[in-house]
Amino acid sequence: MEKMARVTTALGGNALTGRTMFCHLDAPANAISVCRDAAQVVVAGRNIFKIYSIEEEQFVEKLNLRVGRKPSLNFSCADVVWHQMDENLLATAATNGVVVTWNLGKPSRNKQDQLFTEHKRTVNKVCFHPTEVYMLLSGSQDGYMKCFDLRKKDSVSTFSGQSESVRDVQFSIRDYFTFAATFENGNVQLWDIRRPDRYERMFTAHNGPVFCCDWHPEDRGWLATGGRDKMVKVWDMNTTRAKEIYCVQTIASVARVKWRPECKHHIATCSMMVDHNIYVWDVRRPFIPSAMFEEHKDVTTGIVWRHLHDPYFLLSGSKDSTLYQHIFKDASQPIDRANPEGLCYSLYGDLAFAAKESLISSDSNRKPYIGDRRHPIFFKRKLDPTEQFEYISSSSALSVFETDVESGSMDWFVHTAKQYALAGRPLPELCDHNAKVAKGLDRNQVAQTWTMLRIIYSSLSTVSSTNLNHSMGKGSTTLPLMNSFNLKDIPSGLGSESRLDRSKGESRSENILMDSSSTLMNNEDNEETEGSDVPADYLLGDVEADEDDLYMMDHENPHAEEQEYSLPQEAFPLRHEIVDNPSALDHLQDKADSPHVSGNEAETVSLTPVESFSLISISHSLYENRLPSDFFNPIVRDTLLFYAEQGDVQTAVSVLIVLGDRIRREIDEQTQEHWYTSYIDLLQRFQLWNISNEVIKLSTCRAINCLNQASTTLHVNCSNCKRPMSNRGWICDRCRQCASMCAVCHHVVKGLFVWCQGCSHGGHLQHIMKWLETSSHCPAGCGHLCEYT
Amino acid sequence: MEEREGEVRWDGLCSRDAATRAAALDTIGQAILRRSETIAPLAAVPPTRAADGLLAPAARDGLSELLARLLMLSKRCPFPDVREKSEAILSEVQELGIRIPRPLGHGPSRFIPEKETIQVENEDATMHALFADSFAALGRLDNVTLVMVFHPQYLESFLKTQHYLLQMDGPLPLHYRHYIGIMAAARHQCSYLVNLHVNDFLHVGGDPKWLNGLENAPQKLQNLGELNKMLAHRPWLITKEHIEQLLKTEENSWSLAELIHAVVLLTHYHSLASFTFGCGISPEIDCEGGHTFRPPSVSNYCMCDITNGYHGVDEIHASPTGSITSAESVCEVEALMEKMKQLQECRDEEEASQEEMATRFEREKRESMFVCSSEDEESAPARDVSRHFEDTSYGYKDFSRHGMHVPTFRVQDYSWEDHGYSLVNRLYPDVGQLLDEKFHIAYNLTYNTMAMHKDVDTSMLRRAIWNYIHCMFGIRYDDYDYGEINQLLDRSFKVYIKTVVCTPEKTTKRMYDSFWRQFEHSEKVHVNLLLVEARMQAELLYALRAITRYMT
Repeated sequence: MEKMARVTTALGGNALTGRTMFCHLDAPANAISVCRDAAQVVVAGRNIFKIYSIEEEQFVEKLNLRVGRKPSLNFSCADVVWHQMDENLLATAATNGVVVTWNLGKPSRNKQDQLFTEHKRTVNKVCFHPTEVYMLLSGSQDGYMKCFDLRKKDSVSTFSGQSESVRDVQFSIRDYFTFAATFENGNVQLWDIRRPDRYERMFTAHNGPVFCCDWHPEDRGWLATGGRDKMVKVWDMNTTRAKEIYCVQTIASVARVKWRPECKHHIATCSMMVDHNIYVWDVRRPFIPSAMFEEHKDVTTGIVWRHLHDPYFLLSGSKDSTLYQHIFKDASQPIDRANPEGLCYSLYGDLAFAAKESLISSDSNRKPYIGDRRHPIFFKRKLDPTEQFEYISSSSALSVFETDVESGSMDWFVHTAKQYALAGRPLPELCDHNAKVAKGLDRNQVAQTWTMLRIIYSSLSTVSSTNLNHSMGKGSTTLPLMNSFNLKDIPSGLGSESRLDRSKGESRSENILMDSSSTLMNNEDNEETEGSDVPADYLLGDVEADEDDLYMMDHENPHAEEQEYSLPQEAFPLRHEIVDNPSALDHLQDKADSPHVSGNEAETVSLTPVESFSLISISHSLYENRLPSDFFNPIVRDTLLFYAEQGDVQTAVSVLIVLGDRIRREIDEQTQEHWYTSYIDLLQRFQLWNISNEVIKLSTCRAINCLNQASTTLHVNCSNCKRPMSNRGWICDRCRQCASMCAVCHHVVKGLFVWCQGCSHGGHLQHIMKWLETSSHCPAGCGHLCEYT
Repeated sequence: MEEREGEVRWDGLCSRDAATRAAALDTIGQAILRRSETIAPLAAVPPTRAADGLLAPAARDGLSELLARLLMLSKRCPFPDVREKSEAILSEVQELGIRIPRPLGHGPSRFIPEKETIQVENEDATMHALFADSFAALGRLDNVTLVMVFHPQYLESFLKTQHYLLQMDGPLPLHYRHYIGIMAAARHQCSYLVNLHVNDFLHVGGDPKWLNGLENAPQKLQNLGELNKMLAHRPWLITKEHIEQLLKTEENSWSLAELIHAVVLLTHYHSLASFTFGCGISPEIDCEGGHTFRPPSVSNYCMCDITNGYHGVDEIHASPTGSITSAESVCEVEALMEKMKQLQECRDEEEASQEEMATRFEREKRESMFVCSSEDEESAPARDVSRHFEDTSYGYKDFSRHGMHVPTFRVQDYSWEDHGYSLVNRLYPDVGQLLDEKFHIAYNLTYNTMAMHKDVDTSMLRRAIWNYIHCMFGIRYDDYDYGEINQLLDRSFKVYIKTVVCTPEKTTKRMYDSFWRQFEHSEKVHVNLLLVEARMQAELLYALRAITRYMT
C-alpha cells in the first residue's frame, strides 16, 4: 500500500489529459485536496478519508487512511489539505477540534503523524504555508487560529481574533508572513505570522459569516471572499483600506471560492445549501456564470483545481458521495442558453430592441416596415483582447423604435387620470363631470358612456323620450356589398377567435358575419393591431345632437330586448358601444383615443345605418317601460369588459369605482383585481402617485386595499448623529436631541417632512418650498446646493 | 363578543401621542359609563349578581369584559396617563353600584414574587421604550414581556421577531398565524398562550368556528397537525416524507414558503409555552383567571392553577434568596464555580479517549430520560385547551425507551449557522436574520455574575445547558465533552430543564424553587431563555433538515 501511495506520475504542468469522470465514495465528502503533481486527490469527510489517483479514464483508490478498529472522531474531517511542497504530507481538521498531520512516507499502515489537541471547538480549516515545509495554520470555531511547527509538539503561536468563530484561514501567496482569516461575524482579518498579539488589519466583508477566502494566485494582493449573504467579493488589499473591486451575487450562500489558474478574472464557487452546481465566474461579468458544472446531486463541499497551472481540470467532492473530475470543455455555458435578445416597451409607446449585432445588420438590409419611424442606436461592447477565453461575441446592438408623437401620446391618459372625479359627490354629478372631461379630450365614446351611466343609474324619470336622437348614419353606402362579400368569402372558423360571443341569442350566421367583417378590416390595416383589439362596433351617428342634449343611444336596450322579441329584419347583431361621430369621416384621425385603436373605424362606420335603424324602434320602448336600474347591469358589465379588453382599463376602473356597489357584484373579484392592478401599475409608471393612491383607497377589493398598508415603515437616521432612529418618537435615543428639526423655523417637524438627500437637512414642506424660492443653498447653512426632485 | 369590541375602540390607546390616547380613553370611558348606567338599576337588585360575578346575566358579560380590560390597562399600561384615567373610570363605574373586577394578586409570574419583578411604574428608560413598543404592537403589555424584561437586550430581539412573525409581511394570512400559534400552544396545554391568541385570532377576523377544534379548521391547517405533534414532542422522527406529504400538489397543499413560516411559528410557540410554564407566567389580568369580581375576602382559589398544573401554589412561599439561607445552599454556588474553574484548567491534562467521549454523550442522552420529575402524575388537559389538538396521549418520548434507536444528529453536518439560516432566509426573507440574532443574543447573553459573585465567565455553564438540551433531542456536538454536563448540572437542575423543555405543563413551583437556590430570579429567567432558544433551535434543525432533504 505505502508503495502505491508513493508512486507519482511524472505529468508535466500543461500535459494533463483526462475526461469528465466520477467515482462513488462510500460516504459524503467534506473537503478535497490535490497533490502537487496533480496525480492524486485526497477526499475527507465524516466517515471517509481516502486517497485516489487520477488516471486517464477513472479514479483509482490508492489508500484508505481510516485505519484502526475503533471509530474515532479524529478521523471525522472538516477539512483536509495536501502540502504543496512535500507530497507525503497532509493535514486534516477534525470536527472534535483536533488537528492531525499525516505522513504518507511512514512504513506502517497507520500514517497518522502528529496530533494537536489545542483547539477547544471544531477546527474549520487547516492551511500549509505555501513555501515553508513545516508551518501549518489552523482556524477553529473557538475563535482562535494556531500556527504549528511540525517539528514541535505544540503550537508556536496562537492568534485570537477577539471576535467569533474562524471559518477560513489562508496564507498569502505574496507575503511570506501574512495570512487572512475570515470570521463568522462577517469580518476578515489580516495577520502577520510574527505578531500574534494583534491583527494587522480588519474589515467587514460580508453580512453574516464569511465562509471562505482565496488569495489570487498571480495578481497578488487580491483576496476573494464568499459569505452566507450569497456574495462573492474580490478585495484589493494593496491599498491601505481594503477596497472591494468586484462583487458577484450568487443564488445561495457561498461555501468555497477558488481562483482559476492562469485566468486572471475567473473564480470557481460552490454553495453551502440548496444549490448543487459549481460555477466559474468571470468577476467582471457578475450576472451570469461563464461556466457551470451540474453533475452533483447534493451540495458540493469541496472544489479544487487539479493543477496549479492548468485551468481546464476541476475536481469536486460532494455530499452525494461522489468525486468528480470536470473538464472545462464539457462545462455548460449558461450564456449560450441565455436569451441574447431583449425587447421592451416604453410608457410612451416606444419600443427598444437589443440583439446581437449580426442579427441586426442582416435585418437592416430588408426594410419590411414602410414608413416606419425607427431610430436605431447601436451599442457595441468590444471584446477584451486580453481575454482569449471562451467568450462568444458580446457585441450587441440596441435599436429604439419610436412611435410618432401623436398616435403614441398618452397625454389623454394622464389628463383623464388627473381630472376624473371618482368619489365625494353624488353619482350624477360624478358622471357628468367625467363625461365632460372625456369630451374635453375628444374621447366622445367614453363621454357618451358616462352620460349613459348617469341616465341608467340616477334619474330615469327626468329623461323625456322626446329628447331621443334618431341617429342617422352618414356612412358610406357600400354596406350591402360588403356584407355579401364577407358572408361568402370568410370561412366560419374565423369567428371563433373573436370576443364577440357576447352577443347571445344571435344566429350563427350573424356572428360569423360580425367577426369576419372585423377580421377583414384588420387585414387591411397595419400589422400592429390584432383582431381582438379592434372595436368592431358600430358607430352611431347622432349628428344633430346638441352638446347639452342627452344622447340616448342606448343600444344596450336593443340587446336586451332582442332575447324577447327577435328583430328579424336585422342583418347585424346589435352592439353596445356608442361612438359619437358627428362627422365620422373627418374625425377619423382624431379617433385614436385608445392606443390600440387605429384607422379601422373608417370601415366600421359604414355599418352604421343598419344599427341606427334598429335603435330608433327600441329606445322608445325603454322609456316607456321604466325599467329598474339594475336591469342594465349585465350591459354595463359588458361595457366595462369591452373597455378593459380594448386596453382602456382606465375607463373600466373609473366606472367601477364611481358605480361602486351598483355594479361590483356583476364582475368577478379576480377580474376587478386584475383591472385595478393594471390601472395602478399604469398610474405609477406615469408617476401619478396621488391618483394611484386614491384609486387604491377607493377600491373595494381586499387585495388592492391592502397595497396601501404594506411596507409603510420608513427608516430614518438621526440627522445629528447619523445613526438609525430606533425609537419612534421625535427624539433620537443616542444623542438625545430632536432629530427632525426644520432647518428654517427650528421647530420639530410633525407631519410632512422633506429633506435634501445630499445634505440630509430639511424641514416643513411649506418652509422649504418658500426658502427655495429665494435661495438654492441649504437653509441649515451647510453650504450644500440642495436638490429636491 | 367581537361585535362589542368593535363598539368600543381600543386601538387609539396604542398611540404614542398622549393627546390621541386621552381622546381615545375619553370615548371608551363614555361608552362604558353609558353601558353601566343602563345596567346599574339591574345590578342594584342583589340576587342577580350576588351569587357569582362570573356567571352574571348575559347583559353584563360585555361590560365585564370591558371592565376587565380597563383593569388591565390601569395596571399594565406603560403610559401613566392611561393608567390613571382607567382607574378613574373604574371607580366611577363602581360608584354606579356595579362591582368592578380586581386582579388576582400574583404579579406577572407565579414563581417570582411580585415585588421582585419589574413594576410597570418604575421601569428605566430602555425598558420603558420596550414596553411602549410592545404595547403599541399588541395593545397590551403581557406577562411574558414583564418577566422577560429582566433581560431587555433579549426582549428587544424577541419582540421584534415575534412582531415580524405575526404582523409583518409573510406568506401566511394573519388569522392563520394566530391559529397556528394556538395549535402549537395547545400541544402543551398552555392555556395562557391559547387565550391570548384566541383573542388575537378573533381580532384579525378569524372564524370563531375554528376554535371549536382542529377538525373545524380548513383541511390545510388540519394537515399541519401531524407536524405540530411531532415537532413538539419527537422532532427527530420528522422525515422528508412528512414534508412531501404537506407539499404535494393538491387542493390543500402548502407552499414551501408557507411551510417555513408555519414551522417557525410552531417552534416559536412550543418554546414560548416552555417559557410560560418554566417561569410560571400568570394569566393576563383581562383573561379568564386573571381577575375576579369577587370581593377579596373569598378564598384565594383560582381555576387556572389547577388546569395549568400548578399544584404548588399553596405551598408555603419559600423565597429562594430569603429564608432558607442554609450553609448547604451557599456552598452550592461555590462548588459550581469551583468545578467550572477545575474544568477550565485541567481540560488538557486528562484527555479522554474518543470512545470515552462517545459514550459520555450516549450516557447523557440515556440518562436524560431517567431524569423525570418525581411528581409524574398525569394531569388532565384543561377543558378549553384540549379541543385544539387531537391525540392527547402523544407526548415526549425518550429515545430508546421503546427500543427505537434514533441516529444521532450531528451538528457539524447540519447547523443553524451554515444550513438552517440559509434555508429559512431563502424561503422567508429576513426571518433567518431575526432568528439568528435572537439565538445569538440568547446564547451569548451574560452579565458575568453568578448569584452573589461578580466577574465570572459563565460561558462554560451556558454551553453546558445549551448542549444538554440539544442532547435531549439527540443533537450532538463533536467538539463537546459531555462529561462536563454531569459536573456542572446537578440533578434537580436537570429535572427542571428536562421538564420545562419536554413536558412543560408538568413544571411546578417546587421544581423552580429547588434548583439553584442561591441564584437570583433574573438568573433563573436567563436559564429559561436558554431553554427556550435551545429548544426552538433543536426543533428547527430537525424540521429544516427534513425540508432540505426534501429539496435535494
